[in-house]
Amino acid sequence: MYVAVKGGEAAIDNAHRLLAEIRRGDPAVPELTVAQIREQMRLLVDRVMTEGSLYDPDLAALALKQARGDVVEAVFLVRAYRTTLPRFGATEAVDTGAMTLARRISATFKDLPGGQVLGPTFDYTHRLVDFGLADGAGPEPAAEAEPEADAAACPRVTDLLGQAGLLEPSPPDEGAAIGDLTREPVDYPVDRAVRLQGLARGDEGFLLALGYSTQRGYGRTHPFVGEIRVGAVELAFTPEELGFPVSLGTVELTECQMINQFHGHGAVPPQFTRGYGLVFGQGERKAMAMALVDRSLRAAELGEAVAVPAQDQEFVLAHCDSLQATGFVEHMKLPHYVDFQAELELVRRLRAEHAARSAVPPSPDSDEAPLREAAE
Amino acid sequence: MPSASQTPPEPGMPDPAARRQAMARAGAATTDELRAALARAGAAAEAEDLRAPETGLVMVRGRIGGDGRPFNAGEATVTRAVVRLPGGETGFAYHLGRDRTRARLAAILDAHWQRPEARPALEAALAEIAGRRADAAWQAARKAAATRVNFFTLARGED
Repeated sequence: MYVAVKGGEAAIDNAHRLLAEIRRGDPAVPELTVAQIREQMRLLVDRVMTEGSLYDPDLAALALKQARGDVVEAVFLVRAYRTTLPRFGATEAVDTGAMTLARRISATFKDLPGGQVLGPTFDYTHRLVDFGLADGAGPEPAAEAEPEADAAACPRVTDLLGQAGLLEPSPPDEGAAIGDLTREPVDYPVDRAVRLQGLARGDEGFLLALGYSTQRGYGRTHPFVGEIRVGAVELAFTPEELGFPVSLGTVELTECQMINQFHGHGAVPPQFTRGYGLVFGQGERKAMAMALVDRSLRAAELGEAVAVPAQDQEFVLAHCDSLQATGFVEHMKLPHYVDFQAELELVRRLRAEHAARSAVPPSPDSDEAPLREAAE
Repeated sequence: MPSASQTPPEPGMPDPAARRQAMARAGAATTDELRAALARAGAAAEAEDLRAPETGLVMVRGRIGGDGRPFNAGEATVTRAVVRLPGGETGFAYHLGRDRTRARLAAILDAHWQRPEARPALEAALAEIAGRRADAAWQAARKAAATRVNFFTLARGED
């Protein structure tokens, strides 16, 4: 239990002024602009948008600046900002098959219609520190090539495999209500749509570790990367006063289609199962982790034992949100003097009872700390 | 806001798809491009606010597996504006982001676009803006195409 305290206003104000000065760093070093963060710390901005669950690159960059680069604090700022805004409605579901691709790879099929496009990737780099960047060396211009004729239409890999019946189809859109965990309390068990919403905004590190745990044997799902695609999709929205859809603009997304080992029962012949990941910006690690955990959370649906953390939806969803987790962990820094006072009194009583039983008197100064207790 | 509710199509109104395309092109334009387009059409960059520019949220929907049941993927900031010209034309803008000036200008452009005498100049300006965006997209597509890869599988020694 947390009991409010009073006082400390001057010290708190001064701490915030000191924070602002320390945030700025050495004044001899030029100040970062929001545009610099947005352009050059792009993957960090993308992560804050994804976990903040709000697509707005400038806002995420500003939050990172204010948070001194602390991702969870920046997520907190973005989430707090969103609570001040009205919601106009929901977009039409994005069509990732029509994405303008910056990158598209498959670890399962080397010859795909539309090809494999590496795009801007750390994959296959040597991970050697580039000291040239410290000297401000500019990049050489990117190579260019004429796009091949088939590049215009790049069907999702899952669409291709699905046609042969080797892959389970996506759950059909039957017009059911779409749960929204930002509007309705979460009542377990929740359906896959709500789980994906929770995973999409979940902490990358937590989901990465859970996804990894499934690979290491805690709920093994035998995953392959069917496809990862990164690129821009258009958002369409129908304002009620207009009555027709308008383009809001484009957003960058990363989609991961995980293909997992077979399943079949009764009338259904064996076929690959699937996990799905979708995040804002370029966030491949997060999209992959999300897809792994999405698949493992389908354990009950697919008749698998629910035995490990990555298969337990309440364990995963109740703990994957970095803001909720940090809120409960970090609130412990705030004064708990009254709470602790009650504990102190309890332990004193237990010790007195123990002493009476064992007839060994406790040493006098171990019990009475020389500190003043705030709740006096 | 009843004054901005759906206006019945007036005689001589163009295809709604043409208006949607113009709105989309205006949505991809910068503030300076919008001002220049209005100036080119001799259209005032001022109008009465029916809905003052306002920033809010839309929930972005994805689909499970890319093509299945929809789910809520996360929100996005959107700024909207609704204006009316002295002649009664109502202009709308809904744009990603928080730029109120740009949304209001795009709404003014949408209103002027409904005036037959302003439309050709605005269409020409919007076509140029769209052309610049297409050039940039083509450049990006060429850079991506240079990273297209063909992997070969190698037979292992023992096979």
